[in-house]
Amino acid sequence: MEAHAMEHGHGAPKGITRWLTTTNHKDIGTMYLWFAGAMFLFAGLMAMGIRAELFQPGMQIMSPEFFNQLTTLHGLIMVFGAIMPAMAGFANWQIPLMIGAPDMAFPRMNNWSFWILPAAAILLVLSMFVPGGAVATGWTLYPPLYIQGGISYDLTIFAVHILGASSIMASLNIITTILNMRAPGMTMMKMPLFVWTWLITAFLLIAVMPVLAGAVTMLLTDRNFGTHFFDAAGGGDPVLFQHVFWFFGHPEVYILILPAFGLVSTVIPTFARKPLFGYSSMVYATASIAILSFLVWAHHMFTVGMPTAGQLYFMYATMLIAVPTGVKVFNWVATMWKGSLTFETPMLFAIGFVSMFTIGGFTGLVLAMAPIDIQMQDTYYVVAHFHYVLVSGALFAIYAGVYYWLPKWTGHMYNETLGKWHFWLSMISFNVLFFPQHFLGMAGMPRRIPDYALQFTEFNQISSIGGFMFGASQILMLIVIVQAIRGGKKAEAKVWEGAQGLEWTVASPPPYHTFETAPEVK
Amino acid sequence: MTVAANRANQVLLRRLLLVSVAMFGFGYAMVPLYNVLCDLTGLNRGEVQALAKNTQVDYSRVVNVQMLANVPASVPVRLIAPSKPMNVHPGELAQTEYEVENLSDHVLATQSIPSYSPQLAAKYFKKIECFCFREQVLQPHEKRKLPVLFVLDKDAPKDLTWLSLSYTLFESPKAAR
Repeated sequence: MEAHAMEHGHGAPKGITRWLTTTNHKDIGTMYLWFAGAMFLFAGLMAMGIRAELFQPGMQIMSPEFFNQLTTLHGLIMVFGAIMPAMAGFANWQIPLMIGAPDMAFPRMNNWSFWILPAAAILLVLSMFVPGGAVATGWTLYPPLYIQGGISYDLTIFAVHILGASSIMASLNIITTILNMRAPGMTMMKMPLFVWTWLITAFLLIAVMPVLAGAVTMLLTDRNFGTHFFDAAGGGDPVLFQHVFWFFGHPEVYILILPAFGLVSTVIPTFARKPLFGYSSMVYATASIAILSFLVWAHHMFTVGMPTAGQLYFMYATMLIAVPTGVKVFNWVATMWKGSLTFETPMLFAIGFVSMFTIGGFTGLVLAMAPIDIQMQDTYYVVAHFHYVLVSGALFAIYAGVYYWLPKWTGHMYNETLGKWHFWLSMISFNVLFFPQHFLGMAGMPRRIPDYALQFTEFNQISSIGGFMFGASQILMLIVIVQAIRGGKKAEAKVWEGAQGLEWTVASPPPYHTFETAPEVK
Repeated sequence: MTVAANRANQVLLRRLLLVSVAMFGFGYAMVPLYNVLCDLTGLNRGEVQALAKNTQVDYSRVVNVQMLANVPASVPVRLIAPSKPMNVHPGELAQTEYEVENLSDHVLATQSIPSYSPQLAAKYFKKIECFCFREQVLQPHEKRKLPVLFVLDKDAPKDLTWLSLSYTLFESPKAAR
């Protein structure tokens, strides 16, 4: 491989223009991951502000309006700025390496789909400093409130447009790469599961991102051009927005979690030293989750006044998703069963993912029951639920993936001790942070409110302490990454004893150009 | 990348782009689709709103309500009952109107007294608004409409298939002459 890269004649160009003009999937993957990391820390700081305000009842450090702006931006940035770009970073780095392709199918479009992201981030950050402050509607952008906001609401709409365009372009690239550029012998059912989950995610993205773009465009024209899609006074209907939004929004939650399933399905077999249990059932389960995700959206809006038949349909359809998800969880457990397990940091995060994500899945089943959801709607129970699936789900899987491939990307082993500290501190503080929120929600504490009744004080204080611990623990991750980039023990081509796949046949770090000649897959 | 592979990629890209453009259109198509669905199912459409439906009405039976009016010959007032009987479901809110006219040249204070036939029906005939609740003062030659708002109790016996409501209008005894 080294020899091939030499023949090609050049390595990485130097300086800032390398990053601005790069069409190399590894460079773009790296930029996606750094961007996601920066956005994660930024939105994480907002969460620290939220937890600080909620440490005591009453108003302490911020105005209620600013509190609502923080919850909104925290959600928007974590979803669109942190988790999705991180997954796109993995896709860029790993998919060509995993399927034996020289690069992504459309390298120039790849450059563009990354470089419009900072523009969207700037719009969102800028929206905090315009008159009236940032959007304070929650990440769901519901009208009529959204239609009444100031200039930042328009900025946010444009940011969402740009983020959507970026995701769509990345998805077009990923699908084409996977379908057209696999190495000879790499049949669909031989692809690593991470590639499969991203293929299905990319299809979800090109199906629903345009719907979100449509929804926010309707908001934009309602706000500025006198249309009345959602304005009841003009014959519109605010509930319509919720239907359009959640038609995007529910597939979106699987867009966030399916690549995480793929990452975990890559990490667990490596450290169990066994092939993934039930590979084909994993593929079918992923596909059925994706299809079902289009048919359950209204379980986010049980309280808008649906007929009983509608509530029953959405309730049962939602519960159906537990079946393919259960298939996955059992397959991961069966992969570990009687394996020769070792517990390096990626494996710890993967096991943390399986156990914590399952708790989030169960609270999801509880919320799927319409009569219970009507009670729990907009309480901290919902907050606890989606943080169990998105933090200990998607984020822990990202951590597992980062630790897993960090030696491959940088060429150096990371600091295992610090990594384990990072895992255990995150795991414990995460549960201190979010577990009490189940109780708060069941006791009736509403979300998105900066003040609360006195009886909620203890659980909120426990939660805030967990929050500050969790926030501080994430700095360890940054230290580990910077250390691994600067140096450390040289990593071999095949970093992990049990690792399978084409990416381990190239050197660590991989040469700038890999698989110029396609490898043969048996 | 070979030219052929490049072409194949371009073709797939165009198809996938078409999908995302179509889905953008679908987002907008959801607006009329939503309205069509609401029309078909009657959801979100004024009085037929499913959730607002009164479940206390017994639609399985109908009671015929006839309305009568009596005025003693000594009182110079005309009281006109609605000409047609009403068919009401037990539990349903029903409304009707009487008409009154003062035929004299002076102010009259009047009080109407209801009675029912069969007498048992009185127990199940719940008036919510009635001109008989209060004394009605009529100016000389005043003509006025008098609404009656009632619900027939849904516990009314099954064999109650008709009833008549009769008002007798008297001159109020405490009125100053």
